[in-house]
Amino acid sequence: MEIIEGCVYLLGENINTDDIVPSHTLTLRNSDEMAKHTLEFIAPDFVEKTDKLNIIIAGNNFGTGSSREEAVNVFKILGIKAIIAKSFARIYFRNLINNGIPAIAINWKNTDFKTGDVIKIDLNNGIIKNQTQKCSFEFSKLPPFLREILEEGGTIKKLQNQFKLH
Amino acid sequence: MSYTIAEKILKSHSTENKVFPGQYIEAEIDLIMVHEQLGGRIHEEYEKLGLSEVWDPNRIFFILDHWVPAPSVSAAQMHKDCRNFAKKYKFIHNMGMDKGICHQVLPELGFSRPGMLIVGSDSHTTTYGAFNCLSTGIGATDVVMVFATGLLWFKIPESFKVNLSNELGKAVMAKDFILTFIGNISTKGALYKSLEFHGNGIEKLSIDSRMTISNMVVEAGAKFGVFLPDRKLEYWLSKRTTIPYTLVKPDKDAEYEEVFEYNLSEITPVVAKPSNPDNLAYIEEVEGLKIDQAFLGSCTNGRMEDLRIAAQIMKGNKVNSNIRMIITPASTEIYLRALKEGLIEIFLKSGAIVTNSTCGACIGGHLGVLGENEICISSTNRNFTGRMGDPSSQIYLASPATVAASALAGKIADPREVYS
Ligand code: SF4
Repeated sequence: MEIIEGCVYLLGENINTDDIVPSHTLTLRNSDEMAKHTLEFIAPDFVEKTDKLNIIIAGNNFGTGSSREEAVNVFKILGIKAIIAKSFARIYFRNLINNGIPAIAINWKNTDFKTGDVIKIDLNNGIIKNQTQKCSFEFSKLPPFLREILEEGGTIKKLQNQFKLH
Repeated sequence: MSYTIAEKILKSHSTENKVFPGQYIEAEIDLIMVHEQLGGRIHEEYEKLGLSEVWDPNRIFFILDHWVPAPSVSAAQMHKDCRNFAKKYKFIHNMGMDKGICHQVLPELGFSRPGMLIVGSDSHTTTYGAFNCLSTGIGATDVVMVFATGLLWFKIPESFKVNLSNELGKAVMAKDFILTFIGNISTKGALYKSLEFHGNGIEKLSIDSRMTISNMVVEAGAKFGVFLPDRKLEYWLSKRTTIPYTLVKPDKDAEYEEVFEYNLSEITPVVAKPSNPDNLAYIEEVEGLKIDQAFLGSCTNGRMEDLRIAAQIMKGNKVNSNIRMIITPASTEIYLRALKEGLIEIFLKSGAIVTNSTCGACIGGHLGVLGENEICISSTNRNFTGRMGDPSSQIYLASPATVAASALAGKIADPREVYS
């Protein structure tokens, strides 16, 4: 988990959970089916591109809106390894960490990232390197107990371990 | 140390001797509300833990409200999973699907009281802040965590103080204030913050109005939206619960990151244009825009006060023949009261369709879904792309008065002109 490497898919400001998982798919019982609709209204090419692009970079208030955790789960299914945004909506931030997906907040400007850029995230040292654009960023590391959740692979795994010990 | 309401309540639910903004704490949860999400991800995830019980079946409030009654086989199946889970783990407060929308039913039954810490599987759980408690939305895994342990981690938020003064004008509603506030501060303006509502303007606001405001604080990114208590709240609670509670007020020199002043008498009717709740416009800027549907309902605005003002505007008039109007009372209790007061009759005679209490149209689930390029004026809280139906449809958020006035006109209309 310490080093994550991947390619960027760039998204905009205020991406909400209705954008990520449109309401009409919420009663679908098959998560893989639901994942096929990810961002369908605002980024129709997203799902097909996730076979190569696996790190999302977005603007402010990423994940605003409803508490639907499906909006994290579909990214997990599509193989998204980390999400970097200028800021996160609070429920969404919790949902990412709970599912073992790093949520990293940094300030970036338009010229810093393009879709397809190759980047490397060093979680332990709080550094993101954009190897395509040749620039790097520092971010404040998550508090230790949240890093622990990520390291254990999410809250459910952590709880499983906890209850096994008792 | 001096504390805000959020700091006080979080501290009292933790083992910390002192708290400060930015600190992470573990807190004991008083009550957790869960709806259809239970049948989405929660039940499967909980089963993975292999536990034979939940931490406290008496502290779980369970309700079906989003797709009621089930409009599809998949929704029916989801409900079935929910019911089985609630039965298996012996939930005591199992509300079933005939009571109404979670955020209305829970307070009606006296479950939200001052000083409590409540979480729910829904982002508009902030609504209960109207009752001087802390409440906020969480995702499925957090629900599993609470079901298993009764505990949850929180970051102590910074607080914003919002001072309300004076009284709203004729045909201007709490919805107009909160849309104005969100428009001013933006949908990220209060990210992670606790909004604390102060001032002599509170006493003039009904409990219904306060709920509308607390409901929508999440649209500004806020974690909590909590009101100072007053006599009106105590009176309201006296009708709903016999369980004792302690009112929570902030300390005199509590620290606020920012302070906002709003003179309610200066608020005028507004809308939020598509496709963000902060896309604010004065009614004058959008007046005359043709609509296809008017929707009055949801946990934001489906209460007595909302239905009453709509009925006053609609009485003896007809919904414009080019559009349809859908009215969904926020709970069955409200439906019954509206029936008794003759409001439902007024709506039906004016040509509106009255549905059972459910989220329905608000989430584009059923009972009023929008088609291609259709425009809806709606008393709900989110106007995101595709929220109420086809992705090309458009939602204008407005107060119940504005929705009713627009329904008669067939286009967006200023409620002040038809309300007397
Ligand atoms: S009425 Fe709308 S906003 Fe309220 S809980 Fe239901 S879906 Fe959510």
